[in-house]
Amino acid sequence: MKRSVLRLTGLATAALVMAGGLAACSSGGGSGDSDTLRVTLVNHVWTDIIKKKIPEFEKQTGIKVEVAQFGEDQLSDQYNVKLNAGTDDIDVMMYRPLQEGKLFAKNGYMADLTDKVASNADWNWSDFQEGPVNSTTYDGKVVGVPIITEQEVLYYRKDLLKAAGLEVPKTMDDLLAAAEKIKNDNPGVAGFVARTGKSAAVTQFSSFLYSYGGDFTDADGNASINTPEAKAAYATYGKLIHDFGPANVSTDMSWSEAMAIFTQGGAAFYTEADSLYKNATDPSNSKVSDTVGFAPLPAGPAGSKAYNVPSWALGVNESSSHQDNAWKFIEWATSQDMTLEIQQAGVPGARTSVWDDPDGISTYPTDLAAAIAASTKTGVGHDRPLVIKVPEAREIVGEPIVVAITGGDSAASADSANKAFQTLLDDENK
Amino acid sequence: MSVTTGLAASRRKTFSDWANRHRKWLFASPAMIIVGLLIAIPLVWTIYLSLTNSEGSVRADHDFIGLGNYAAVFADFERFWPAVWRTFIFAGGVLIVELVLGMAIALLLWRPFRGERWVRVAILLPLVATPVAVGMMWKLIFDPNIGFANQLLGFFGIPAQPWLSGEYTALPTVMFMDIWQWTPMVVLILLAGLTSLSEEPDEAARIDGANAWQRFWYVTLPLLRATVVVAVLLRSIDALKTFDILYATKGKGGGAFHEVETLNVYAYGLSFDYNEYGVASAVLIIFFLLIIAIMWLITFRRKEKASK
Repeated sequence: MKRSVLRLTGLATAALVMAGGLAACSSGGGSGDSDTLRVTLVNHVWTDIIKKKIPEFEKQTGIKVEVAQFGEDQLSDQYNVKLNAGTDDIDVMMYRPLQEGKLFAKNGYMADLTDKVASNADWNWSDFQEGPVNSTTYDGKVVGVPIITEQEVLYYRKDLLKAAGLEVPKTMDDLLAAAEKIKNDNPGVAGFVARTGKSAAVTQFSSFLYSYGGDFTDADGNASINTPEAKAAYATYGKLIHDFGPANVSTDMSWSEAMAIFTQGGAAFYTEADSLYKNATDPSNSKVSDTVGFAPLPAGPAGSKAYNVPSWALGVNESSSHQDNAWKFIEWATSQDMTLEIQQAGVPGARTSVWDDPDGISTYPTDLAAAIAASTKTGVGHDRPLVIKVPEAREIVGEPIVVAITGGDSAASADSANKAFQTLLDDENK
Repeated sequence: MSVTTGLAASRRKTFSDWANRHRKWLFASPAMIIVGLLIAIPLVWTIYLSLTNSEGSVRADHDFIGLGNYAAVFADFERFWPAVWRTFIFAGGVLIVELVLGMAIALLLWRPFRGERWVRVAILLPLVATPVAVGMMWKLIFDPNIGFANQLLGFFGIPAQPWLSGEYTALPTVMFMDIWQWTPMVVLILLAGLTSLSEEPDEAARIDGANAWQRFWYVTLPLLRATVVVAVLLRSIDALKTFDILYATKGKGGGAFHEVETLNVYAYGLSFDYNEYGVASAVLIIFFLLIIAIMWLITFRRKEKASK
């Protein structure tokens, strides 16, 4: 009796599995109806807003949109696996032009959009900022449309500054002095906090590097992270965290951990991307929402040079069989009206006209809008080495950051990192 | 007409005879073929990739470079060899602790007692949690500033510890998490073995005047050897290829100093972060051979002992 029940269950399971397999085959092969569009997006405020709007797009065009949404790392893994296999399951993809743009374009994963961006004068491609557009262009071909831009700004606590009788730091030396004083005056509060993870910190460190007059590579494309300027930048970033940072600082912090320390009242200064400002000003997330202030990055010897980059863009999968519909979606999602609306909700966009429009910055804290305006003028168009193997390069140039944070010899580390970075560059230019 | 049908019939008969004789192979063959393909295709593909300089995209052009990747990997004392040692320290360490602790708990649960069922359920709880969720939970507990672990230490006046973020404390901390999660499985296996033991040898030893430790060491443990080997096999395979807890707590590369980067984490980083498919495949093949060698050693030694 028992055995026959077992056998029956086994048979039923086998039948189910086979039926499931067949069903998966039939739906996988056809990749849905011709009017279904598969859009892959990252977890981001931009995505939350666009998802609410998608029904409008579906109504207008009759195209059905299927959204798949992932965290940043999971998104990378998805692309690595699926694009490698040449899938047509992805039509529109949200990607990071500076992180994987070169790799994807070189591998032939991105469809050429050059004709499409020029096709609609009302949509106005020339309205997009030059720096971001350069980052989504590969070999003279447009492969993506930038949707989110970022500049590094200084987040600070007005109350702590006032109590210490200090002005908002204008230079790196001011920042070091202010961080020291506040840390000494307020037990349990750090003077400064920022990202500490080897890879994660590279983007925020880049603005320090430029402000000290350095860059990841020199004019000839050689590694230049052991110049006196670069060494001074590493030392400053490290000193700020090692000497004036939180107690028990870890070497794993990305923006979420660092932001948590700042918004819980644990630090006076914090340098971070402006696009994350809502985390600090939203009272439901932040204990310091009413006393947080924003300023341009303090000036180093070379001035205040923050990065000004497109952190995310939309591209079309070269293997997609619905490239025209995919373009329709991108055109809709990046229109002037949509960009204005999303920017007002707190996500800095890439359209000049929206930044020029008073409505475009009406919802921003005044000091933040001023800081962004200042950074876009002097900004540098990249926040990490411009190579194909970005993850590897980030780990190499991030090594001296970690050494500096933990109080080690960052100058020696910069010398050895420079050698490793040069090897990587030589390897790529072979 | 009749000749042909006769022929067909005899053919059918020979076939059914043959099928009858080989029916255990015949019925198992579809499953064996599928399982074979599921193992063989990825393995052959990985071996092939490990002999090429494939990087960036597996669809991109790549050259056959023979054993170049293997040579490069074996010469890599910065990431590869430390990852190998870490893999063994991690797997060996958790295995020993889990076996000792598992045995102790299993012995405690062996004899019936009041509330036994509740205790068993409580002990099994860590086992049913997803490893990634377990990693996230302990990451919060071990957070250097707001974590419960440091607050507890502070309550007793002990200074805060770096736990997961320290260069030398991270590996012991993730080992602790693995022990927390997987000891229950060892308990489960050993308890099953214990309950199936007959009482007589134990009683005989008791009458001969053996104390509790002697009875455990000279009677129970030898009888339990087969069960222990099963537990060792299952746990060592799992421990060697641990990934979720490490990734959930320390991310790609195993932290700033690669402090918890085992072979598995290293291979993952090579393929999904660096897109170096050739080198990653070579590492995975080496890893695969290592695991097979270890499993063979465990089972082979056992067979040898049994035949003596």
